[in-house]
Amino acid sequence: MNEIKDAALAAENGRNKESIGLRGKLQGIPLIAWLIGILAAAVLEHTFGKILAAALDMEKIPVLFGLTVILKEPVMIPKAAIYGVLIYGIPIFTVAWIFRIRSAGNLLAENLLKLPLIIPTLIHLGIFYAALHIWSDLSAYRVLTVKLTLIAVMMTLSLNVINGYMGEFSCSHPGFMALGAYAASAFTVGLFADDRLFGAAVLPEVLGPYLFPAGLVIGGFTAAIGALVIAIPSFRTRGDYLAIISLAFLFIVKSLLENLEVVGGPRGMSSQPDYANLPTVFTWCVLCVWIINNFVRSILGKALNAVRDDETAADAMTINTRRTKMIAFMFGAFWAGVAGGLFAHVLRYVNPATFGIQKLAEVLAMVYFGGLNSVYGSIVGAVSLSMLSEALRPLEIFKWIIIPLLLILVMIFRPTGLISFTEFDPRRIMGPKNRKEGEV
Amino acid sequence: MALLEIINMTHFFGGLRAVHDYNLSVEPGQVRGLIGPNGAGKTTIFNLITGIYRPSQGTILLDGQGIVGRQPYQIAAQGLGRTFQDLRLWRHMTVLEHVKLARYSKLSYGLIGAFFGTPKRHAEEAATEKRAYELLEMMQIAHLSDQLVTNLPYGAQRRVEMARALATEPKILFLDEPTAGMNPEELIQMMAIIRRVRDDLGLAIFLIEHRLKMVMELCDIIQTLVFGEVIAEGTPEEIQNDPDVIEAYLGKEVVV
Ligand SMILES: Nc1ncnc2c1ncn2[C@@H]1O[C@H](COP(=O)(O)OP(=O)(O)OP(=O)(O)O)[C@@H](O)[C@H]1O
Ligand SMILES: [Mg+2]
Repeated sequence: MNEIKDAALAAENGRNKESIGLRGKLQGIPLIAWLIGILAAAVLEHTFGKILAAALDMEKIPVLFGLTVILKEPVMIPKAAIYGVLIYGIPIFTVAWIFRIRSAGNLLAENLLKLPLIIPTLIHLGIFYAALHIWSDLSAYRVLTVKLTLIAVMMTLSLNVINGYMGEFSCSHPGFMALGAYAASAFTVGLFADDRLFGAAVLPEVLGPYLFPAGLVIGGFTAAIGALVIAIPSFRTRGDYLAIISLAFLFIVKSLLENLEVVGGPRGMSSQPDYANLPTVFTWCVLCVWIINNFVRSILGKALNAVRDDETAADAMTINTRRTKMIAFMFGAFWAGVAGGLFAHVLRYVNPATFGIQKLAEVLAMVYFGGLNSVYGSIVGAVSLSMLSEALRPLEIFKWIIIPLLLILVMIFRPTGLISFTEFDPRRIMGPKNRKEGEV
Repeated sequence: MALLEIINMTHFFGGLRAVHDYNLSVEPGQVRGLIGPNGAGKTTIFNLITGIYRPSQGTILLDGQGIVGRQPYQIAAQGLGRTFQDLRLWRHMTVLEHVKLARYSKLSYGLIGAFFGTPKRHAEEAATEKRAYELLEMMQIAHLSDQLVTNLPYGAQRRVEMARALATEPKILFLDEPTAGMNPEELIQMMAIIRRVRDDLGLAIFLIEHRLKMVMELCDIIQTLVFGEVIAEGTPEEIQNDPDVIEAYLGKEVVV
């Protein structure tokens, strides 16, 4: 009897080991190893991508991991798959796997974290940026997609501060984005460009890139002032006024811009200088994530959660709830404004029509898809929906059936979004992924 | 000078006179009880003093300062801590976060600290965390510190509320039926905790309770409230023997 039991147990153990197997091993690889793998893949594609594409008889390299191509021409699926496996799959996994030898990756991660946090952070970001830069260097379309995705991350995360962390429902985010876009554009176009609206440049053009951050910050503050206009009446009393007031604000901003001839009316503004290159957008996005994450993890930031979960209790625990709400709302708007400023300089053209209900729907979808109350969720939501939206472009109108359908599915199975209510802890993310002792 | 002094406080909800001519004077370290049938206006009195409602008439002095018209968070920061009859916890937060948050008004690192994670912020938050653990240990729930409150049993949730209220560093602690819904074992533990708060921290306590045995054991002076009016005030013995109280209140209920 016992022997049989033992044998069964052994088999069971064997199966457990098996199931932990590949997945567990991959989870044991730290972030830095994956990033180096991605960098290797990007370098590889940069060197051999065109040759491989030609060998596979493709017109050009598949720009977005072949997603767009396969929807246009399904016969290309095998070729795109081969390309993806050879250029991305094999190199990334091989490099990551190499770091498993003698736990080299985990040792590296562990030692990096012994330094002040800023150093490993910059190293990780540096490798990631290098990979992104090399990857997008192959096509202008990739550069544009990456920039717009980074801006979407900023928009999503800053809206999550209001709709997720604070639990209010704000509809004015595209309005804040518009204010930021126009204010930053007025700043750069007025000072550094010859334009039909603002006349000749005032300052020498070489100064432009250095003063561009100031323009973005001005855009951010313009949006924050707009937020104050909403916040004063909305947070005076308890109740759900914000949704309706902020929606009204969105329409007011849009029609104001349409009717203001100084900023071009419905035609909008153009001739923004080309300041929003990839490193600039990347840096601002990182700054935005870093500051927002700092805020929401502080006690001052957690006060937002207290206000959301029970305002009366928050009050009784010495939290100035009204001030907390106003600050968070303006803070969220500020980053939407900065994102707007970047957006205007990426496209080098803005018009009021961009900042309407559709933009609102996009950002809301990213927030709720990715997950409420989660920095991680917002990044995932913004990146995945931006990519998906680009990839599904060939489907044209069907895109607007597939994306909402996906959202509905997420809402059914995970009502608060994919990755909600988690902390984004840089130490954990960059740390070694050793399995705990005792575990197989 | 009394720590908390209330003079002729009256409050109307529309036409309903919920509290009439209420007076109270609490000395530091004193334990006061407030009893009365359901709907007598006990919780309303708490809400009036803590600033949730503004009394229609009357004066409230905390440490000699008038507090009528101040915001609840200001009154709380001035030294008035409270728990709620209907447990008001933050459902997405851990036990430890609850207690840390209650030290909100003690933080001085400001928005710059919050946005940029300055050394000052890390020092202050570390100190806050240490203090929070001390309070959790006092309430014997330190082992639950990283649990979400919604996962805890009822008795433990009550203790989280208590630890949270103490974290605001009150001079007087308002407890609104702290043993409501508890089983006998939890009840005994809660009484021990209240005694410890009184003896170790020397706080004044203002207690609303339905279980008379507990009120009689803990309180120095008890008021009996019926239809918003105090019908009797005195020591536990006096209250137990007061004919009005017996008629209006004790006579009708099975005393636990
Ligand atoms: N916000 C309000 N608006 C209108 N009436 C209210 C309000 N709050 C309480 N009341 C009424 O005031 C009276 C006193 O209520 P209160 O909650 O203070 O009673 P209580 O003594 O705490 O009772 P319990 O023992 O049931 O907790 C009740 O008649 C109640 O219906
Ligand atoms: Mg009550």
